[in-house]
Formats: sequence, structure tokens, C-alpha cells
Amino acid sequence: MFVFFCPHCGENREEEEFGYGGEAFIPRPSAPETLDDDAWGDYLFMRKNPKGWHWEMWSHNTGCRKFFVVKRNTATNAIAGSWTLSDGRKAYDAEGGAT
Amino acid sequence: MTSFRVRRPGARIDFEKPLSFSFDGQPYSGFAGDTLASALLANGVRMLARSFKYGRPRGIVGSGPEEPNALMQIETGAHTIPNLKATQVELYDGLTARRTTGYPTLEFDLKSIGGVFARFMPAGFYYKTFQNQKLWPKFEHIIRQAAGYGSAPAEPDPETYDHSHRHAQVLVVGGGASGLLAALAAGRAGLKVVLLDEQKECGGWLLSSPYSIIGGKAADAWLKIVIGELQSMPNVEVLTRTSAFALHDMNLVLAVEQLQDHLPLAERAVNRPRQRLHRIRAESVVLATGAIERPLVFGNNDVPGIMTASALTTYLNRYGVAVGKRVLLHTSNDHVYQGACDLIRAGCEVVLADARARVNPAWEKRARAAGVDLRLGYGISFARGGREVNGAQLVKLDAGQNVVTGTGPSIDCDALGSSGGLSPTVHLYCHDGGRPHWDEEKLAFVVPATGRAKSRIYCVGAVTGEFGLQQALEQTQRTIGDLLASLGKPTDTTSAVDVRTDEPQTVPPRRIFRIPDGKREGHGKKAFVDFQNDVSAADIHLAVRENYRSIEHIKRYTALGFGTDQGKLSNVNGFAIAADARGVSIPEVGTTTYRPAYSPVTFGTLAGLHADETFEPRRYSAMHACHVARGAEFEPVGQWLRPWYFPLPGEDMHAAVRRECLAARRGVGIMDASTLGKIDLRGKDVREFLGRVYANDWAKLAPGKCRYGLMLDENGMVMDDGVTACITDDHFVMTTTTGGAARVLSWLEKWHQTEWPDLDVYMTSVTDHWATAAIVGPKSREVLAKVCAGIDLSSSAFKFMDWREGTVAGIPARVFRISFSGELAFEVNVDANYGHYVWEALMDAGGEFGITPYGTETMHVLRAEKGFIIVGQDTDGSMTPLDLDMAWAVSMKKPFSFIGKRSFARSDTAGPNRKQLVGLLTEDPEIVLAEGAQIIERADTAPPVPMLGHVTSSYYSPELKRSIALAVVRDGINRRSEEGRKAGRNVLYAHAGGKAHKVRLVSPVFVDPKGERQNV
Ligand SMILES: [Zn+2]
Repeated sequence: MFVFFCPHCGENREEEEFGYGGEAFIPRPSAPETLDDDAWGDYLFMRKNPKGWHWEMWSHNTGCRKFFVVKRNTATNAIAGSWTLSDGRKAYDAEGGAT
Repeated sequence: MTSFRVRRPGARIDFEKPLSFSFDGQPYSGFAGDTLASALLANGVRMLARSFKYGRPRGIVGSGPEEPNALMQIETGAHTIPNLKATQVELYDGLTARRTTGYPTLEFDLKSIGGVFARFMPAGFYYKTFQNQKLWPKFEHIIRQAAGYGSAPAEPDPETYDHSHRHAQVLVVGGGASGLLAALAAGRAGLKVVLLDEQKECGGWLLSSPYSIIGGKAADAWLKIVIGELQSMPNVEVLTRTSAFALHDMNLVLAVEQLQDHLPLAERAVNRPRQRLHRIRAESVVLATGAIERPLVFGNNDVPGIMTASALTTYLNRYGVAVGKRVLLHTSNDHVYQGACDLIRAGCEVVLADARARVNPAWEKRARAAGVDLRLGYGISFARGGREVNGAQLVKLDAGQNVVTGTGPSIDCDALGSSGGLSPTVHLYCHDGGRPHWDEEKLAFVVPATGRAKSRIYCVGAVTGEFGLQQALEQTQRTIGDLLASLGKPTDTTSAVDVRTDEPQTVPPRRIFRIPDGKREGHGKKAFVDFQNDVSAADIHLAVRENYRSIEHIKRYTALGFGTDQGKLSNVNGFAIAADARGVSIPEVGTTTYRPAYSPVTFGTLAGLHADETFEPRRYSAMHACHVARGAEFEPVGQWLRPWYFPLPGEDMHAAVRRECLAARRGVGIMDASTLGKIDLRGKDVREFLGRVYANDWAKLAPGKCRYGLMLDENGMVMDDGVTACITDDHFVMTTTTGGAARVLSWLEKWHQTEWPDLDVYMTSVTDHWATAAIVGPKSREVLAKVCAGIDLSSSAFKFMDWREGTVAGIPARVFRISFSGELAFEVNVDANYGHYVWEALMDAGGEFGITPYGTETMHVLRAEKGFIIVGQDTDGSMTPLDLDMAWAVSMKKPFSFIGKRSFARSDTAGPNRKQLVGLLTEDPEIVLAEGAQIIERADTAPPVPMLGHVTSSYYSPELKRSIALAVVRDGINRRSEEGRKAGRNVLYAHAGGKAHKVRLVSPVFVDPKGERQNV
């Protein structure tokens, strides 16, 4: 059971208040019709599933109902931090978008 | 019956308070302070179990959670608890205990006859024998009954349980000497401290060691002072009878507190929980979990009367029970020497066989001075005795190699204790991924003395391998000093405590686990490693011979460590024997994985108050009482309890549904539709937002109009449906399926927040705010007209798929002219607080028209007659709108590529031969197919039988006086087309109830195919 810091509420809260929102930063293609099936299939189905640091979304379901970004180590469950979606994007990009 | 009571200084027995109890129907007596185990031993009860595989007599081996044999069924009836360890059951007056093993009786166990089973049950017996799975059911009953173990209570649990959430700055697990010292230091530093101990009082091994001296004080006095100071500190909480059984991520420790189990049944407070689960989130965790002594492995080491040396000492010093008069101790280390001296002082004769030829001179001197008969360099080859031990055969051991060099004396004894060293209780440390490491000098898997600083987990005392009392206390002082320093606290609070003891410096133990008997493994007497599962040293050798290598595999093949004691006594011996058998080091073998729970926890405690209705709250509509009053039968739909049908006296479900259906089709019916999910959407971009999340077009939906929408996932599959009304240009109300309401709101919020935060949209769930009654049938307009004001109900002014605002029975209402039955229908939405009143007003108004309340079953029949889908019943996440023949609900012209649109063109989604929704008519109109029945090509069911699809909905239609069904069938739409009919492809079979029924594929719209009725 994790404790997450919700950047919207400014609070540490128990995991049972949150829901997993999947891998972060998978933007929806702006013009889906221009993509071939492979590229569209990548967007639909392919996820990183790393052993190590993972940028993922969580939503504060029974709190503010906002999505935010968490950088979590899938092997150790260490949490490096949590950010709003836009701040998280900046932190992610500052790392070169790598895991 | 050679055991006797002794009065010991500091013993925890109150000889002034005798207690009576029963075991297997026999009355016995004990004293306040006894455990069931100590009281049984004091009464001379030696054999109290039969072993799992061989039916061998077994007795008490340990004195705590490590006990493998003495599993008890405590109390009877609803209060019965199976498989409690007698060593952990506090005795109370009137306690009733029964054995859990021995079949048919303890005295006569079938399995023990001439080793009938023994010969045929080597390691892996079950795997080898029951590889042919057909045999298992035949033998399962006999084997399970013979194997024994307790019975779960058959009646509902009359007791309650609760949960407590706690936050601690420092959580100390274990109230032995080190844990107490740690809590004292943290408490003196002003930190918020919680200290847990699984026993009824703190003290740990000090309770069994009255002659230990700390800082010049006897153990008993030291405990009183320290515990007294802890209890006086408002920032320190001491929880006894509280066992920490799991350590999860981020220092979440779960602990169960026994609140009433130690009281006689009659004295238990009914308004108090039996047990409490503490969920403790700690900034720092201090593990002071100590160590458990493991026995040595020798022949017949399971005869009753043989236990761990520390258990013998505990029964003597803590419980005032000398288990025997003539005691034989066997050791490889220093830890038994104090106990040997204590036994002498209590009046026992003691022979101590130490496997080491040269021992600790300080201890040797003390032991000899006390009168202990020391035999150095000897091992026990095998013990003698059947139902109780009466002696042992010693052998001379080589000083270096673990081999026999000569024979030894035969020693008579009536109690035998062995010590193979201490095994630190590393479980909690390992629960969230930590691994212990092997210390070859201490012969123990230990956790690092530095703990896990990053996670703020600190380890103190014996769990780190510091087995000497003074060394353990000094290590605790250093570690807590580090903890306090990291928090910027003064660190001199622990060094103020004098921790000097008079214990001799410990010398290393001998590296020996299995005492050799001069024979090849498997050829001497059975030497047990795991008592509860009857795993012998020979079994482990067999597993290795059969090429098992990983200790995880050896564990599963032999069942080593699988019992309720979870290998607390047996694991290290098992790992070491496996290492020797493989010819590798113990670290190369490693350990099995430590998983929660450390000790068994009852389901009631895990559930706490989250049982029944508080586990999954039941939701009732505001009209619920109306339905109860009319005798409705109910069915759960998600969390909701909805009326299923409304039987009149003498009616069965079939008759009631038939009457309700015909009323809705011919007259007027009324249904509670309050449970549909409702989401209120506001903002100037709602219309655009709807266009993106629904397949159809919302650009032209005017205020006062409603539209049915299909919601797709990005893969193009239908995930929800419902009607959305335009209130004003920037205000819409969406309805969702009853079960999908929460999911749909989350889905919409996710898209809004992650992809389109620029859209001005605000969403609120208003499901509970509105109560909804659907008035359905040709006479619905006449009923509504009687109570509705402010709305022109004429068909020209209030068209199908319009909504209007007015009053119903004087209550402000939104009335939607929509239909889930194909009939003229109105859905009346009012503030939920008026739901009951409005329902009754509508019933009154409809009285003269024979208004008939109906439930979900009739709703399903009516909608199936019209081919209206239920998402999740007729769809399963693999159906596109096209598969449902609902292209009319998709707008491919919208400028924005709505969710799911691109996926229509994926090769699979656009490909031929997809499963598609069709109607089915059985050749025999009386046959109602089972939902889920497979659709197949031919009546002949000789394999292979390609499966073309399945029945999704199936009912008897009172309107059509025959059965109808919906199904998804490969290429179904073509099959039921004109061409398909001509080619005969529309005739298939539905396989149900062991028979293939001939069916015809037809349009799913069975009633009023042109849709005229809803427009009248
Ligand atoms: Zn929040």
C-alpha cells in the first residue's frame, strides 16, 4: 500500500483513495486518420512495462478527482515524486523522456 | 507423568488462581498465567497430536508461534477456532480444547499401523500419485480426513472485529529487551512511539531468564522499571497481545490485537471487538523481532517430550513447569547453558551433550559447578521412546567433520531439549523485498545491523544476529542513536541506560544441523526437519537426488515450511541439509520467500467492520419503500437493489412477468428507472465534448431535445450507451447504464484532464439527485395528463425524443419522452426527495387505467422484443456499432475524429466474419434457450464443432406468445439478409442443455419493426 502526495490537494494520502491511470505521456495522435494500422496499434496497445522507473498516472478518486503524474520504480516501489500533468511533463522532458 | 510444578522467582504463574479446562473431553486444571501448552505439560499430557503423513505421536515442541504440533480446536459451535497453537492460547477458566489430528482417534491413528502409509509416502507422494488427476477425487476425502487439522466453524461468527489506523513516528516491533530499550530511547526523545508485542506482556526472552542481570538489576526488576517508564510517557503507546504480521511498502505495518480471546466466553463483552487490526503507518520502523531457537535434527527427534531447549527453559522459568525430572540437553552452542543451570536449581538431573569438543570455558565452569553432567563432543544418534521419550543413544563426533567416530553412552531421560542455534525472526524485514544474508560464524540468516536506512527500517537485537544480551543492547543503543541523530534529536537518551550484563562472552557454535548416526541418510531412524508436514532429512536428500535444485522447488516438493508455523523451526535446518546434500554453501541455496502473514490471521480481522452491507453498501432508490409495500421481488444490479418483478398472490415469476409485459404493451405500466447513471455537464464546450466521446453527432441537438448515444472506447468497441438531453446550449444531462455510471464519469474526466483541458466542461454525478419513474404504454399519456401541469402533452407539441419541464403532482419535474420498450412512454424525473411521493401520485393517477408496476425482468423482455441492447449483456467489449447493426448511431462526418473512429478501419475491425448481433427464433416456439448457449452450424455435435457465436439474451415473449433470443453470430447480418436466407445460411443450431435446437436468424426487432408505437 502506497502513500501518494496529491499535488492538487497538497496532501499525502493512502493508496485506497487513488486509482491507477496507466502509463503517462501517451498523447492521442492529433490526426488519427493519417496513421497506418501499425502506428495506431502502437498508440492503442503498446506500453513500456519497464523494470525500474516508470512514469504513470494516478487519479485521486475519492479526493479531488484529478489526474496527476507519479514516477515510481516498479521493482522497488520507490516513488521519486508526484506532479501535476503539466509539471510532470516538464520533469519527464527534462530527463529526456527516458525511463 | 514425570512433569511437576515448581515455584520460580519471577515466574508468571499465579498459584493462588487455579483454573479448570478440558482437553479432548478430559478435565484438567492449571493456573492463571498458564498457556494451554504449559498447563497440559504440567498435567503430564505428552502426546497431543498425530503426525500428518505417518500418524506418529507428537507433543509440544516450542513455546510460542513456532509450535508445529500442538494445534488445537478451541471452544465449540459458533465460537470455535481451529488450529490455534496451544503455546499461544492463554488459559482461562472453562476453556475447552480438542485435538485436531489423529484419525479416527488420537490413541489409535490409522496411518501409524505398521507404517502402512509411511512406506508409500515419500517426498512428492502426492505429485507422483495424483499426476493422474482422475484418482484425486476418489482419495481426497480419505486423505484429507486422515491428515487432520481443525474444522472451520459452520455457524456465522457471532463476534465483531474492527480496524484502527495509526500514525507513528517510531514503531517498535517486539517488546523484548532490545525493543523495550529502543522504545525507551525514542520515547525519551519525545517522539510519538508505538511498541507492539505479541505476548500478553513485554519482556521477550527475559521472561524466561530470571537470572539475567542488566545494569546490576535482575531481569524482572529491570522490566518493571522500563515498562513503568514507557507507560508513564504520554507519547508512547504499548500494545501487547498484538502481533505484527505484515510489513508493506512505505512502512505500513499490519498488526492484530487480541482483545478478548484470553477471557472466558461468559466474560467477553458483547460490545467489544474480539480482535482489532491495526494499520500503522510509521515514519521509522524498528524491528526488534528477536530470534527463535531451532532444534537439532536426529533420529526419532519427534518423540513427545523432546522440545527445543529454550522451550524447556521457558516452561520452567516462566510457567513453573519442569517437563521432566531427568533432562537430557543437546546443543551446538552456548545458549542452553543458563537453562541447564536453572534446571539443576529446580531439582532436575541434567545431562548436557555438547557437539563441540571444546566449549566456552566460562560456561563450562558454571555448568560443572552447578552439577550439570557435561558430555563434550557427543551427539544424539537417536532418541528412544514411543509415546514419550525415555532416553537417547549418544555417539562420539569427530571434532572437525560431522561424522561419527565412535559409540557413546545410552542416557535415560524423561525430557529432552535440543538447540541447534538461533534463527532470527527476519520475516517482516523481508516482506517488502528485503533478503536476509547468511552469517557463517553465527550460523544464522540475519538482517543487516544497519537495517534499511532509505526506507527508515532499523533492526536491533537478536534479529541482526546479536544473540548475547549485552551485545544486543549495545547494538540497540548504537542503532537508535543513529535513528535519533537522523531526526536531529539528542542521542544521549539511550546511553544513560546501563546495559552491562554478567553473561560470559559467547563463543561460536558448531556448524552442525543434522546429527550423524553413522548410517547413510534414509537408512537410520527417521530424523524430522519439519514436524507439521512430516518432512525428514531423508526427504530433502531424496528431493535433491531427484534433481530438485532451487530451494523453492525443494520446498514445494517436500512441503518443507508449508505448515501453519511457516517453517519457523524447520527452514534453516532444511536449507542447511539441502546445501549439504547438494554439496554447496548455504548462501548458494538461499532462503525461500517470506510472505505475509507472519502468523495466521482470521478472515474476520482482515474484514473488520467491512462485512456484509458495510463491505459493499446496498443502494436503494427513493421509491424503494413503494416497491416493498407492493410485494416486489428484488434483484441486485451492481450495488443497487432493484425491483425484479411484482408478483400478485399466487403468481410465479413467469405469470407476473407475462401480466406486466402485456400491461405495458396494451395498457400502462410503471417502472422505477432511478438507478440509471446521470451526469450533469455544463460549460460552453459541452456540445463539442459530447461529439468527441460519443459516436454520434451532437452539433444540432436543440434545447428540449434528447438523443441516444453510443460511447466507444478508443478501440472502437461499445462501452456504454444512454440518452443525453440538451437543457440549454451549455448544459446537458447524460444518462449512463446503471452499472457503468462511475466508470463513465472517470472515463470522461480522464479525457478532459489529459487530452482536452482547454475545453470548458464541468461534470458532476447527479445519479442520486433525481428519482425517475417511467410510465410506459398506450395509456401513459392519459395517466400523466392527470397529474402533469405546465407541459402540453399532445403528440404534436411533445414529440418522441423531446423533453419538457413542468410539474408532476405539483413537484417540479423534467419529463423525457423516451422509450426503452418501444411503446409510448414518459420518464418523469423529480428531486429524489419527492421520489416516493411522485411514485404514489402516479400510481393513484393510473389506478383507473390499471397501471401496473413492473421490474427489471419485464423491462428486459420489453427491450429484447424491440432488439434494444444491454451493454455488457449483448456486448462484451468486442462489438462495434457496426457489429450491432447500429450504423445509424455513428456520424462519420464529424470534423473531430471521435474516440474509437480510427479503429473502425483497423484490419481486424473492418474484416469479414465478425460476430454480429441478430435475432434468433427457435423452431419450437416453446423452447427458451439458455443464455450463453453456443451457436453451431450443424445438429451433429461430433467434434470438431466450430463455434459461431452465442445467445446473449433469451426470453419468452408474452406479446408474441413464443420464445425470442438475441445472439452474436459470425457474419450474422449477412446470414439473416435476403441473400443469406436464400442460401439457407440463416438456419443454425443453438446447443443448450445437451441438445442442439434448430434456430432461424432474423432481425433483432421482433415487435413493431417500423417503430410506430413510440411515436403515437
Ligand atoms: Zn487530490
